[in-house]
Formats: sequence, C-alpha cells, structure tokens
Amino acid sequence: MDTGDTAWVLTSSALVMLMTPGLALFYGGMVRAKSVLNMMMMSFGALALISVLWVLWGFSIAFGNDVGGGLLGDPGEYFGLSGLLGADHLIGTLPAMAFVAFQSVFAIIAVALISGAIADRAKFSTWMVFAGIWATIVYFPVAHWVFSFDGVVSEAGGWIAGWGVIDFAGGTAIHINAGAAGLALALVLGKRRGFGRDPMRPHNLPLVMIGAGLLWFGWFGFNAGSATAANGTAAVAWVNTLAATGAAVLGWLLTERFRDGHATSLGAASGAVAGLVAITPACSALNPVTSIVVGVIAGVLCALAVGLKYRLGFDDSLDVVGVHLVGGLWGTISIGFFATADAPAAVDGLFYGGGLGQLGKQVTAAVVVMVFSFVVTGIIGLVLQRTMGFRIDEEDEVTGIDQVEHAESGYDWGNLGSGSGLGLGSSRPPAHSAGSTTGNSSEVSA
Amino acid sequence: MKLLTAIIKPHKLDDVKSALEAYGIQGLTISESSGYGRQRGHTEVYRGAEYTVDLVPKVRVEVLVDDVDIHDVVEVVVKSAQTGRIGDGKVWTQHVEDVVRVRTGEHGPDAL
Repeated sequence: MDTGDTAWVLTSSALVMLMTPGLALFYGGMVRAKSVLNMMMMSFGALALISVLWVLWGFSIAFGNDVGGGLLGDPGEYFGLSGLLGADHLIGTLPAMAFVAFQSVFAIIAVALISGAIADRAKFSTWMVFAGIWATIVYFPVAHWVFSFDGVVSEAGGWIAGWGVIDFAGGTAIHINAGAAGLALALVLGKRRGFGRDPMRPHNLPLVMIGAGLLWFGWFGFNAGSATAANGTAAVAWVNTLAATGAAVLGWLLTERFRDGHATSLGAASGAVAGLVAITPACSALNPVTSIVVGVIAGVLCALAVGLKYRLGFDDSLDVVGVHLVGGLWGTISIGFFATADAPAAVDGLFYGGGLGQLGKQVTAAVVVMVFSFVVTGIIGLVLQRTMGFRIDEEDEVTGIDQVEHAESGYDWGNLGSGSGLGLGSSRPPAHSAGSTTGNSSEVSA
Repeated sequence: MKLLTAIIKPHKLDDVKSALEAYGIQGLTISESSGYGRQRGHTEVYRGAEYTVDLVPKVRVEVLVDDVDIHDVVEVVVKSAQTGRIGDGKVWTQHVEDVVRVRTGEHGPDAL
C-alpha cells in the first residue's frame, strides 16, 4: 500500500462528493423560485440513495468479475462490499475501500446530473425509484464497461476499458450516459406548462455561480483523482483540467458577446461546466495547449447547442443535453484527434500521426453508450410513467412543485406571506407543536 | 385633503424624500412596485434565449396632503423625481374624504 496515493484518492473522493451539493446549487439557482427546493432535493436524494446502493450491489456490478462479454460485473461477488474490509486487500497501491470510496461519488453525480432535464415537474417519489433503477441497470453496468480494467479489481473487466478506448475520468460513463438519459426523460415527461412561451428565467444567478465554483473545485478531484495515485499523471490531468476549463469559459462568453451582445454570468458558469465535461475523458491524453483548444471548442459548441431544444421542441430544462451530452461527446471524440503520445495515456491521435484507429474506437464507445443509455432510460421512464406516474398535475406545476411535493417554500417573501410571525394569510403552526418538547417553532406553509 | 401617489424610479427615492422633508411633509408611505408605461420593459438573455421583461421595478410613494399645499407638493415631487429620460414615472392626486390619526382619534387636517 502507498500512503501518498491513498491520501490523495481519499481526498479526491471528498472533493468529488462536494460536486453533488454543488450541482444542487448550480441547478437550484437556474429554476424558478417555486421549484428551487425540489431541484436541490433531486441531487440530495440521489446522494443518499446511491450511497446505499453502491455499498450493497453497485460496486459489485461495476467492478465484480465480468460475467459475460465485458457487459456486467458479478453482482454477488462483492455484495455489501464483502471481502474488501481487510487492510491487506489492495487495489493497485490503494486499500480496496479507498477505491470503493472514490468510485462511489462518480455514481452519485452521474445520477444527479439527469435531474436537470426534468426540472419543475417530476414527482419526487418516482424520481427516487427511477434513480435506483437507473443506477442499477444503466450506470453500474456502464461503469463496468468503462472503468473496470482487466486485472485491476477483478480478472476480467469491461469491454470499453479492455478495447483501448481512452476515457480517463468518465466522458462516456458519466456525461454521455447522463446526457442521453436526460434527453430520454425530457421526452417521456414532456414539456413544462408554458415552455417556450412564458419566461422561465433563473431565479438566483449567484447560487448558480457558487454551484459552478464548487463543481469546478471538486472536478480537480474528479479528473486528477482518476489517476488513482499521487503521481505525474494526476498532475497532468490537473493542469489540463485548469487550461481547458478557462478556455471554455472564454469560448462561451465570446460566443454570447458576438451573438447576443453581452457576456453573461450564466454563460460563464455554463462554459466552465462545458469545459470540465469535455476535458474529463481527455485530461490524460492531451498536452496543455491542445487542452485549451478542446476547451474553447467545447465552450463554443455547447453555447450553440443549448439553443437546439427550442428548435427541436423538447424541454431539457437545464440543458443536460446541450452541456453534458454534447460536451461529453466532443471530449470523448476529441481524443481521437488531439491525443499525443507525450501525455500519460501515451497514444497518438489523428493530428499527431496516429491515424484513424483511436478515433474510430472513441466514436464507437461514445455512440454505443449514448444509444444504450437513451433506449434503456426511455423504457424505464415509460414504465414508471404508466405505473407510478412521473409527472405532477398541471395545477400543481403552476402552484409550484416545492409546496406540492415537499410542503415547503424556498424563500420567505416578506411579512404577509406564509411563514411570517404575523399569522396573516394561510400559514398556521403545525398541529403537533402544541405542548411539544422540542421548543422548535417550525411552521408549515399551506 | 388629497392623496398624492407618485410612481418613480427607485434611485430617485432619496431625492424625493429629502425634498418632501424640506417642504415640511411629516410622513409618507413607500412600497416597491412594478409596472410599465411608454418605455415598456427590457430584454434579458439566458443561455441564448431572449426574455422580454415587461414589468420594470418602480417605487410607489403615497402622501396625504392638505388641500392648500397640494399644488406645491406635486411640484416638489415632480421636480425631485425628474431625470428627463423616459421612464421617470407619474404623479396623480385624489380627493380624500377623511383621515383619522389612530393614536389620538383626531380627524381631518389635524390628523396629517
């Protein structure tokens, strides 16, 4: 065991964990005030549920010994993380549990990312059921395809990893996967009431900026931590992540400045995420200068892609498709062009004389993950729509999902609204508070 | 007595308040409001999608004034709220039948 590697990977795990609350802020600020809590709860719900599922069967499906064709790990092998407790059980230079910890937070954020496509309108209970099913039959297997290398955790790993596709930190498994799933769910649930007609502008851009900042910070754990060691590869990934993200912010802002006349804060936040998404698969395969090129193209491409939903008529509310699917596709495919053998991944892409071989593999992996995720997510969504119901009533959507699904409001709008001390309007103390011993005068808004 | 209502630009509130104080007005009521006049609203762009914001933030000032002062007070408000640019707002007056000071029960001009 290497203590330096272990320290870095555990630190990175905590950094990546913080990305999900960061995502909650990023998404939460972008919706209308009446939906902020539900938006954040979808991320927190995923954080809670996937933590549990990962321990029970998630890790085993992703990293258990392959049960056929590189498609699925053995769910029973490490069920409940059995056999991994001992300090002498190593994965590479790490205690097995450090590797388990690091991979867990990837599963969590992959699920949470999808929620942006169905803002303002999904039943919380159905979202939670969806999250569990999607993680189990989409994310855990795809993580096996991409992240389970032969002989690292188990003898036989996944097909994408074994085939020599470069996806360092999860362009396919996380971003293409979540982006395609978001598209499928947005289509299953349908458009929000008033989509394309009523203004649905972000209610709190400072929240969006804080969220983007936390994502940016945590992403250094996501990418540099994916070296699963405290070494030169981690350092290269770190610097490439820095360079690409800065370039993507500039790319997005310049696109806006030329097209709309202003560089916006939402554009800066979105550009940062687009750049982080694109460099995720590529950060071990590029040099810092081509990272800038990949980043700036990601910023421009995603800034243009977010407008597609209005033209094509699907309500991907917070642009999970425009940012994560498009950015993930670009990042994964860019490796085929810009990879250089000087970088830790040690592969030459088309522009470095490596021919079309790597490009072909990158495109194939990206497309297969996209199609698999879209189709399976669509089926899960349709089944849940028919059985549990996925969408809240139209009337409830107008009232606001926070009140209907969570019996809360994100903000106290002043003296006369609910939750004030004046007792005007419709607020009232909860029935159980009379004579309660908690001394906590919470109020429910009706 | 008259009720003067003024819809003004939010950044002119301090000027209007001090001008009214200087004139000798003892009290007023302020509320945040929004609306539009001939200037209409403005356009905002989020991720490339344009939103027309029709309603512009304004401040509503309400003052109760004795009949003899009302013309002067209207002048004071108009002068102090004016920037000369579009969107400066409106001032209007209405007749008020009676005013009562809650603390003392005084009626009419004595209650102002």
